[in-house]
Amino acid sequence: MIRLLSVRLLQAILVMVAVTAIAFVMFRFVGDPVASMVREGATQAEKDAVRAALGLDKPVVTQFVKFVGQVLTGDLGTSYRYQQPVTTLLLSRLPATLELVIVATVLALSLGIPLGVLCALKPHAFFSRLTQSATLVGISMPTFVTGLLLILVFAVNLRWLPSSGRGDLVDIGFWQTGFLSLSGLKSLILPSITLALFQLTLIMRLVRSEMIDVLSSDYIRFAFARGLPKTYIYGRLALRNALMPVVTVTGLQIGQLIAFAIVTETVFQWPGMGLLFTNAVGYPDVPVLAAYLLFVGFLFVMINMIVDILYTFIDPRLRTR
Amino acid sequence: MKTSIKTLLAGLALMAPLSAPAFAETLRWASSGDVISYDPNAQVDSFTQSVHHMVFDPLVRRNKDLKLEPALATSWEVVEPTRWRFKLRQGVKFHEGQPFNADDVVATIQRQIDPGARNRENLSTVVGVEKVDEYTVDLILRAPYPLLLNDLAAIYIMSKPWMAEHDALKPGNASTGVVTYASNHANGTGAFKLKAYEPDSRSVFEVNKDWWDKPQHNLDEVEFRPIASDATRVAALLSGEVDMIAPVPLQDIDRIAATDGLKVVENPSLRTIFFVFSYRPELHATPGQPNPLRDVRVRQALWHAIDTNTIQKRLMRGKSRTAGMLVAPAVTGYDESIDVPLPYDVAKAKALLAEAGYPNGFKTGLACPNDRYIADEQICLAVASMWAQIGVQANVSVESKTTYFPRTDKGEFDVYLLGWASLPPMDGFSPLQALLATNDGTFGGSNADGLSNPDIDKLAHAAASELDETKRVQMLKDAFRITHDQVLYLPLHQQPVAWAMNSKVDMPQFPDEYVRPWFAQIKK
Repeated sequence: MIRLLSVRLLQAILVMVAVTAIAFVMFRFVGDPVASMVREGATQAEKDAVRAALGLDKPVVTQFVKFVGQVLTGDLGTSYRYQQPVTTLLLSRLPATLELVIVATVLALSLGIPLGVLCALKPHAFFSRLTQSATLVGISMPTFVTGLLLILVFAVNLRWLPSSGRGDLVDIGFWQTGFLSLSGLKSLILPSITLALFQLTLIMRLVRSEMIDVLSSDYIRFAFARGLPKTYIYGRLALRNALMPVVTVTGLQIGQLIAFAIVTETVFQWPGMGLLFTNAVGYPDVPVLAAYLLFVGFLFVMINMIVDILYTFIDPRLRTR
Repeated sequence: MKTSIKTLLAGLALMAPLSAPAFAETLRWASSGDVISYDPNAQVDSFTQSVHHMVFDPLVRRNKDLKLEPALATSWEVVEPTRWRFKLRQGVKFHEGQPFNADDVVATIQRQIDPGARNRENLSTVVGVEKVDEYTVDLILRAPYPLLLNDLAAIYIMSKPWMAEHDALKPGNASTGVVTYASNHANGTGAFKLKAYEPDSRSVFEVNKDWWDKPQHNLDEVEFRPIASDATRVAALLSGEVDMIAPVPLQDIDRIAATDGLKVVENPSLRTIFFVFSYRPELHATPGQPNPLRDVRVRQALWHAIDTNTIQKRLMRGKSRTAGMLVAPAVTGYDESIDVPLPYDVAKAKALLAEAGYPNGFKTGLACPNDRYIADEQICLAVASMWAQIGVQANVSVESKTTYFPRTDKGEFDVYLLGWASLPPMDGFSPLQALLATNDGTFGGSNADGLSNPDIDKLAHAAASELDETKRVQMLKDAFRITHDQVLYLPLHQQPVAWAMNSKVDMPQFPDEYVRPWFAQIKK
């Protein structure tokens, strides 16, 4: 058990080192921030001064060592564009992204599970077929198209909901929430639907197939033979077993969602970390790009590790290996 | 996290003023990017500076015709060639109530010329500032300098006691990671007060009722929103969530113009788009062979081969202004007699090429960004096909501005597209110093391609310190005439600036692309 955990931890550290290296190397090639940082008509001397101030004139190896050293001490550097510590920037944008992701996840689970069950129980009903084909659209349509379509219908034509932004926010300590105002809640609707759509379809199809598998197994048949009530069989016996993989997938999806939020946030001008990242690409604000990549990498590694460890607790067969 | 009823109520109370009362005139406008910071010394971003101008006043400002006029300074004189004396306006108050006087100007200038100020170079010739009395200030210059007022129009005056109180007397700095209170708060003397700033969401301004100047607007509130996605920005205008968008994505102009209750305003901007030639001994496209672009007849041929009319009509939808020189009409140093493109004449172009020894043309690279200027990529493709008519094979390469501009700096292209607005000074000295003069560390900062013309260098260095305006403008014109006759650069046009707004908004448009809400009227 202890050995397994330490092996997992070591693997996680190796992955993070690799991500750090990739982040650094990748952003050597996204362009040169100096051009964005000096005025039009700057002299060569000015450009050189900025370059030297940022340490970009030193050899790549020196820069990398410095970068890794900084990351290890938890210092993600200073944004070239905003002149603020990247950690501060990311933290200030975190609430927006998390609120969006949480709402999208709740939406996906609360709609995906019942729909999946319904399609499994009544596979030939008209409604089930309709849902099935609708999920195909959900899976195949790019996020930005979904977002723009929703804006076109609900903001431009019907004028029910705002097309962009977060509405009025309420400060709770350092956390700025949009849950406590009408405009904040209205602003959440379209982006969270956009973000939830892919996940919703995934969960729905997963629940449906798991449910169909479970319903054809022996113990369900025997339960029917014993004359147990239908609701008890479907709800307690079948669904609970069918939900096991859904839990895993949802856990892994949260990391995916935070990364996927980039497109949604850009379309809806949602002031979260994804939008920060998009804005940083064109500058190029290398410290922000690198920090975001590290953050997402870290998130995935953590989630994977936690899921693995949970498995060892759930499944006794894994402990002896 | 503990939330008490009190915090909720406080939050609700905070929200109340944000939803403006029904009688207030609010202008809501959206742009593609947000301000980088509210610290005037923390960036060199022209858009950010344009938003700052709502909150801050400079010593001298630009009026409706973009001519310089007194603002916080009422008069000035040149005491010695390197010492300018400014008389300050009395009775002005900052938004938070501090009275404005010489101390504020001294503190602002010191902050501006601090080595840590990101935009230190916007006032590069000033080396010191002295308080003479409560309402008189002297600026000390490194050398005689004719463009001091032009530079000062972009220097925003901050309050000394306010900076001292918030520990912001020193500018924020990217390399050292210094962030100040001034990054997200602002206290100026301008027409509008910054009431709320939520990065990447919005900035809310309310009218400054104690403004020293007579308002020419009827606004009570301005709400600015950055919306990065083009389609979403247009949607916000169509749905009535914002009253104005600047800039408008080109592909949506016709659609918006055809919508009831909306209008599009388009005029040529100051930004001149032109081609830069490499003057190196050889081209990247043909290593080992002498560079044909060094022959003036070749450059003339290339200009004669461009059908500017078609570019103006087809690519720019008739909204650009075809140009024959590097500066727009509003910029000092402009001369109508120089602003004449070489006529489209394929036969003449071929004859000139043959005369120069290239009867069958030659090979060259042709580079463009695809996300910086209006229709930039299409311009390159069109010009390449026009040059093909006279046998010049241009290999077009297109890339994003993030990698493109560093490459232009390193001189990696043969012929490439560039734009120049001559801002903030709005003076012909800007391209003369940066583009035309030989690159020597202080001059020719954007001339990375070996252009070197002794006559132009003489004019550039003389104009740098010529205080007699008539003589100085003549020097600029002489330099531009040489540029035109030698085809040192190949100007195409001034690209348009396009805004779209609700029909009830009356907002004058300026070629420097600044949005100036203090001239805006909302019709009842």
